[in-house]
Amino acid sequence: MENKKKNKMKYLCMSLVGLLIFFGIWELSVRLGWVSDRTLSPPSTVIGTFIFKLTNANPDGSTLPQHFMQSLKLALSSFVVAVVIGVPLGWVMGYYKVASFLLNPIFEIIRPIPPIAWIPIIILTMGIGMPAKMFIIFVAAFVPCVINSYLGIRLTDPVRINVAKTFGASEWEIFTTVCIPSSMNMVFTGIRLSLNNSWTTLVAAEMLASTRGLGYMIQLGRTLIRPDIIIVGMFTIGITGALLNNILAMFEKKVAPWRYRE
Amino acid sequence: MSEDVKVKVRGLTKKFGDLLVLDNISFDVKKGDFVCIVGPTGCGKTTFLNLLVKLLEPTEGQILIDNEPADPKKHNMAFVFQEPSAYQWLTVEENIQYGLKIKKYPKDVIEERTKEIMETLGLEAVRKSYPHELSASLEQRVVIGRAFALHPDLLLMDEPYAQMDIKVRYYLEDQVIKLWQKTGSTVLFITHNIEEAVYLSEKCLILSNKPTTIKEEKKIELPRPRNIASSEFIELREYVTSQIKWW
Repeated sequence: MENKKKNKMKYLCMSLVGLLIFFGIWELSVRLGWVSDRTLSPPSTVIGTFIFKLTNANPDGSTLPQHFMQSLKLALSSFVVAVVIGVPLGWVMGYYKVASFLLNPIFEIIRPIPPIAWIPIIILTMGIGMPAKMFIIFVAAFVPCVINSYLGIRLTDPVRINVAKTFGASEWEIFTTVCIPSSMNMVFTGIRLSLNNSWTTLVAAEMLASTRGLGYMIQLGRTLIRPDIIIVGMFTIGITGALLNNILAMFEKKVAPWRYRE
Repeated sequence: MSEDVKVKVRGLTKKFGDLLVLDNISFDVKKGDFVCIVGPTGCGKTTFLNLLVKLLEPTEGQILIDNEPADPKKHNMAFVFQEPSAYQWLTVEENIQYGLKIKKYPKDVIEERTKEIMETLGLEAVRKSYPHELSASLEQRVVIGRAFALHPDLLLMDEPYAQMDIKVRYYLEDQVIKLWQKTGSTVLFITHNIEEAVYLSEKCLILSNKPTTIKEEKKIELPRPRNIASSEFIELREYVTSQIKWW
């Protein structure tokens, strides 16, 4: 136990040292003039801008918390809709052949289309409002949910299905008591990918005539040639993504506890 | 036909395309019997069990349990596979209850049977553990417990100890005998280990090479607990071995 604690501290220190080296090199490279401060702001400036933007709406019209809340609402609502529709759809496609034959061809065509390629047609059909932005993020988050849930079901160990069959389980019982729980590893991998995709597609979605949001803030930072604002936006997306991943892991521990016990 | 016959197999034949695997097999198993099925490697022993439990459909022939066509939905059947088959997402306790819940047994029966199996197999300490937290032999004990918890009309075991070392195997063999005596289930046990077959069974079904038929039904009338070093035991083991030899 003592050893475990010591190891944990050691790894934490190593991670901190890694971060310090990264930020140190970055700071020095700007301070020593290796990189122009018009193209890359040093970490000290970025931290200053971050603190400033917490309460100040200049120069992009909203404070950082306002941008953040707007983006969080957009990314999370699209992500939740994608999970709620995508995961059960993947399960059904994986288990029921009829559903697979019906839906797989359409899905295989839609799957390789990058979410950004949807933007022009979405503008034409849905305009540039919130639903249009939500749809772009939804498409990005939906695909990994469906694929992973589908594969999770298809990869169910046939021996475990046969155990249920010999006990006299019905098709529905096999689906719900064997295939779905067995697919959870893949499902959560898909949900993680979806969450990442939601955040990474956020910037593209907020290019659609936004007035608020982290993506909008980054775009405006580019227009104003303010790399510090761009980096604050990028890091806010990155840190929020990492935090949401941890929240997801906590949820996963509740839903699929067997994956976390040693 | 005698009243205490539990399983009747009549003219069981299985073909995969042109390949005849099982050829017109017929035999009876008495209620509460422990039958070991032995035969040369690749003779179709697993196919044989899969047919009995309806995982495969026979090309011809019939399997009757209590004079009705075998049907896992109607009869209490269980299968212990050679491969690990505990449900990773269920605790030891929930794994043991799985078959009982599928068969919709009342809650008090489920509790009582779980307790019985846990005590017999010494699983109380790991009641709330997940299978991946257990050793391979302990996990296989859970699987065996799950099968016996149902007090099945017919329990099929397909080389369940093939991946265990000899010490664990002896221990688990004794556990199976204990459970079999306690539950009164009818057991069909496939093994390629002849010593195991003679140690466990009341009767050995010796299968031939493909196309497989029953070469002999050999009664094993040795008192329990059996002594593998006794001359009668060795004599029987050697006899069964000589019957299997195809070389």
